[in-house]
Amino acid sequence: MISKQEVEYVAHLARLEIDDAQKDKFTSQLNDILLYIDKLNELDTTGVEPMSHAIAVTNAFREDRIMDSLGTEKSLANAPDGRGEFFRVPKVIE
Amino acid sequence: MEFETVIGLEVHAQLLTDTKIFCNCSTKFGGTPNSHACPVCLGMPGVLPVLNKKVVEYGMKMSLATNCTINKSCSFARKNYFYPDLPKGYQISQYAYPLSEHGYVFLEVDGAQKKIGITRIHMEEDAGKLLHDEHNPVSYVDLNRAGVPLIEIVSEPDMRTPTEAADYLKRLHEILVYLEICDGNMEEGSFRCDANVSIRPKGQEEFGTRAELKNMNSFRNVQRALEYEVKRQQYIVENGGKIVQETRLWDDAQGVTNSMRSKEEAHDYRYFPDPDLVPIIVDDAWIEVMRKELPELPMAKRERFVKDYQIPAYDAGVLTADKALSNYYEEVVRLCASPKAASNWVMGDVLRFLNEERRDIRNCPVTAASLAEMIRLIEDGTISGKMAKDIVEEMYKTGSAPKTIIAEKGMVQITDEGALLKTISAIIDANPNQLQDYRGGKDKLFGFFVGQVMKATQGKANPQIVNELLKKMLAG
Repeated sequence: MISKQEVEYVAHLARLEIDDAQKDKFTSQLNDILLYIDKLNELDTTGVEPMSHAIAVTNAFREDRIMDSLGTEKSLANAPDGRGEFFRVPKVIE
Repeated sequence: MEFETVIGLEVHAQLLTDTKIFCNCSTKFGGTPNSHACPVCLGMPGVLPVLNKKVVEYGMKMSLATNCTINKSCSFARKNYFYPDLPKGYQISQYAYPLSEHGYVFLEVDGAQKKIGITRIHMEEDAGKLLHDEHNPVSYVDLNRAGVPLIEIVSEPDMRTPTEAADYLKRLHEILVYLEICDGNMEEGSFRCDANVSIRPKGQEEFGTRAELKNMNSFRNVQRALEYEVKRQQYIVENGGKIVQETRLWDDAQGVTNSMRSKEEAHDYRYFPDPDLVPIIVDDAWIEVMRKELPELPMAKRERFVKDYQIPAYDAGVLTADKALSNYYEEVVRLCASPKAASNWVMGDVLRFLNEERRDIRNCPVTAASLAEMIRLIEDGTISGKMAKDIVEEMYKTGSAPKTIIAEKGMVQITDEGALLKTISAIIDANPNQLQDYRGGKDKLFGFFVGQVMKATQGKANPQIVNELLKKMLAG
């Protein structure tokens, strides 16, 4: 079971602001999802390799060859606060 | 109370690929800010990262060189956290299934070999660079470095002193540079190290609470930071305090570590498999191809130098610490066939000149061919060892060949016995008293006569010939 505190914690980690009513709603919804997923535990998966991807492709590689980058101007084109050659952001020092 | 220190290191090495780990942007250092960027490394929605094959191959080489077992299958995971140098809001790294595990390297500790375990090596992307405004509450972001490939090498907590930690770091550094997969530049950040350090009462089995040290950008600073941190922790424990698990930053100017108060509560990265990147399967055939490409590694080269060239282990250590230096030395030996003399001249003179100017052997004005020629000239008696000292200095200053300098300065050794005989008899005639005393048993005066001959010939007389002739003539 997931608690309201855990929902608050996860929301904080994801930088999501949610009000009290939403917290209750998400707690109950998330618990429903977890209950549903729990059903899978009823299956016997002994000897089945864990899967991390839905497609059976491996070793998709790229050769180490330089191609054109966007360049500074285009890279900054959509920035909400582009200054000169940089993205400007609020100062965050840990 | 007597304490034991426990240290484990996490090393990040930037790989010398031409392009980034998941896109075709250049990895070149020092470009216009945000010029080497594309939708993938800028973290635009809807893009697909594709793994650079060379990153896997370089990682495999380091794994083999440090005796790690390469996993048959490995995959990437997302490490989630918010920081402005990380445009996607997560770093693509490896977590549950790293590239390789269970390796080791050997260190020499108190004359014996000590094994330091390597827990794992994994691949990941570097973050961008932040420049903080000193006057305003803003920072500037350059994403040229975002997506540059890194391997992280995590050690076991096997080191017991700051010196061992620095030695381990040097060992990893020289292997990476020998493999030519990392330039090893600590100042520019292409080789970085974080240290986990704790203390425990001697004899105690369980580990103490550890601090993580960051921001040490030289071997010396790693050692200094660890030495300071060990003292700090001992002081706290001896005064009844408790060590807090935290990250601390090394302050080079003050020579102290300071707590880095983290705004994020306990690191909770919520790792999960990255659905954009498919698993990597490494078969034995691929591993063998990589193994064949491995160059001779520093430890093996050291042993070979001692065995084949009959030089002391210390000399072999100095000469192999830098791959370019070891190549230079071997070239000199190949051309002059005198390994011991070559070692003395390279270590004693060439390295001293280079160190004085903090110059690299790759830019040494004295070529291996010139140095070898000079050694041959000493051995065939053309010049004396004393003259060679001046010649090698001149070679370093001018880059000229030894024969050119010898001709310019008229430095050829006098080996003509007839000419030397004349000089010697003149000296004997001019010093009748000394001659009498010498013949009367004052053997020490022999040195006086040698000195006179050298003075008269401006040091150019061949010492062996002077000795022989003097002995004969003084005997009468």
